[in-house]
Amino acid sequence: MQQRVELTEREINRDLLRPNLTLQLRFFVVVAVCGAIVAMAGGALAYAIIKGVGVYGVNRPVMWGFIIVNFVFWVGISHAGVMLSAILRLAQAEWRRPATRAAEVLTMFALGTAALHPVLHTGRQWRTLYWVFPYDFGRGIWPDIRSPFVWDPSAIFTYLSGTIMFVFILLVPDIAVLRDRTTGIMNKVYTFAALGWRGNARQWQFQIIAGILLSALILPVFVSVHSIVSWDFAVAIAVEGWHATIFAPYFVIGAVHSGVASVITFLAVLRWVFRWESYIRPEHFDALARLMVVVATAWFYFLVVDFAMGFYTGEPAEIALRYAQMGEWPGNMLFIIFMATGYVLPIPLWLLKNVRQSPMMMFWSSLFVNIGMWLERYILIIPSLAKKQSLTFAWGHYAPSPIEVMLVIGSFALVTLGLVTFCKFFPIIPIYDVKEGRAFEQHIRIGKVNVPAVFREE
Amino acid sequence: MANKSILGVFQEVDEAVTAADSLKDNGIEDFEVLTSTPYPEGAFGEKPSHHRLYVFPFIGACLGFSAAILITAGTQMAYPLVTGGKPLLALPSMFIICYEGTMLGAILFTIIGVVFESRLPRTGKLAPYDTRITEGYVGIGVDVPEDDVEKISNIFKEANAADVHLEAT
Repeated sequence: MQQRVELTEREINRDLLRPNLTLQLRFFVVVAVCGAIVAMAGGALAYAIIKGVGVYGVNRPVMWGFIIVNFVFWVGISHAGVMLSAILRLAQAEWRRPATRAAEVLTMFALGTAALHPVLHTGRQWRTLYWVFPYDFGRGIWPDIRSPFVWDPSAIFTYLSGTIMFVFILLVPDIAVLRDRTTGIMNKVYTFAALGWRGNARQWQFQIIAGILLSALILPVFVSVHSIVSWDFAVAIAVEGWHATIFAPYFVIGAVHSGVASVITFLAVLRWVFRWESYIRPEHFDALARLMVVVATAWFYFLVVDFAMGFYTGEPAEIALRYAQMGEWPGNMLFIIFMATGYVLPIPLWLLKNVRQSPMMMFWSSLFVNIGMWLERYILIIPSLAKKQSLTFAWGHYAPSPIEVMLVIGSFALVTLGLVTFCKFFPIIPIYDVKEGRAFEQHIRIGKVNVPAVFREE
Repeated sequence: MANKSILGVFQEVDEAVTAADSLKDNGIEDFEVLTSTPYPEGAFGEKPSHHRLYVFPFIGACLGFSAAILITAGTQMAYPLVTGGKPLLALPSMFIICYEGTMLGAILFTIIGVVFESRLPRTGKLAPYDTRITEGYVGIGVDVPEDDVEKISNIFKEANAADVHLEAT
């Protein structure tokens, strides 16, 4: 792969800082549109608070609807971000350089948005504090740590705090670059945020160690968080289709599948919007697509095992659930779309080099994956609850209310708003990482061709 | 006698290495190399630095684990409610929260360790510094007695420094 372009450090600064140092109309347009959608979602939430959760489409026995589906979706998106960054850092993969921060920042905003969802779902949002915060607010009653609804906040809080700190500490050298190129109030802000960074050998030494050490620490957290999200379902022993031992690894690999796909989508948009063809190159999409083939197939294996074991039991309730997921309207239609977009269409495409190296094709195929993965969460959650359980007196279907639909749309706008705002104020591609790659790059002659070779310190 | 900080700014890495070698030839081993990107340790012949960063995550993990034990065991003991004849302390649930607490402590203290060992944050004016360093120039900073300022400036100039900054410390 010889798609690299020779660039000086000045040119790298110019290109990668352009979004931060220039005012662009499209930034304000995107902020205005996303801000308006978020405001409408805020209005929908206010209505739900005033009227109560009756305005949601949830009802017995389907007490978890679109908001919980969306919660699992955003937690999934958030997971692959830091996972991807951490694994590539630990493996010292050269092609990581333009992708790591985008992945980490996507994690930050997706996870923050995901964390809002259980709160939105509860109806009386202020009461969630009583349920999860370790303090006896009333009558000496403490939160019940045996509940997965306490495990979840503890895991998400750990992951979100860790991710924010991870992003910030690795951002400091690039904030210093901004500090050196701004004036006025922004210079004061960047000077404060750069913590007095000078770029001496000792500071660089700890940047490198921090990248590797924090990656090693955050990877087990990544695994634990989606495992715990899966246990929200798997410990519910009365719900068919949920009480499965395979759920934790199945959720984790599903999260990686949708998360890596979302990183690809984000990188394709960055490349197109900022014209960063010299930085986010076809070789990066190619490498990510190869990774996706492995991840998607591993996820598909878990999906098949989950369904196969369900059928293998031969229990009427389990068979009825699988029929609802795959045979009844609208489950059958959603299942076909889910399988087509989540696996059947993208995988053969990613086997073709032309597709893997086409940012446009990778954008659409990765977007399809996330449509499929959103539907996967829907198929997993709603039909299981909609089936008659042994100890319930009611069963029925679920239809999302306009309020829930608005909140889901608002969540996408919120994540987009966060990403756009971050890109406006901070470099989304790690400048020093790109420069390091260039500094250590040499062209060597092998036979009749000159190929770029990168050496690194042991 | 007051010390002065001198910063030589070099456009090329090789020029900076020449300057660093000349400093060492003149008995100055303690100098600071400022770059825009991490170079391999010892690339400029600077002294290797020692650190205790790896202690921080362990301390953080211990503190996080202790806090999690306190919360999980403490909250169950504070309102003892035996459920289904099971032990009062639910160990599987405690393990999950203790795991998260341990990892949170380890990550938090790693960040503190990185900031502390990097000698950050530094407040006030950055001295000596040149904004061209983030454009690929290499800076070599050294603190010397006032009498040696001219000698060091000459070393930098002989190594083809693009600029030499002088500031009092």
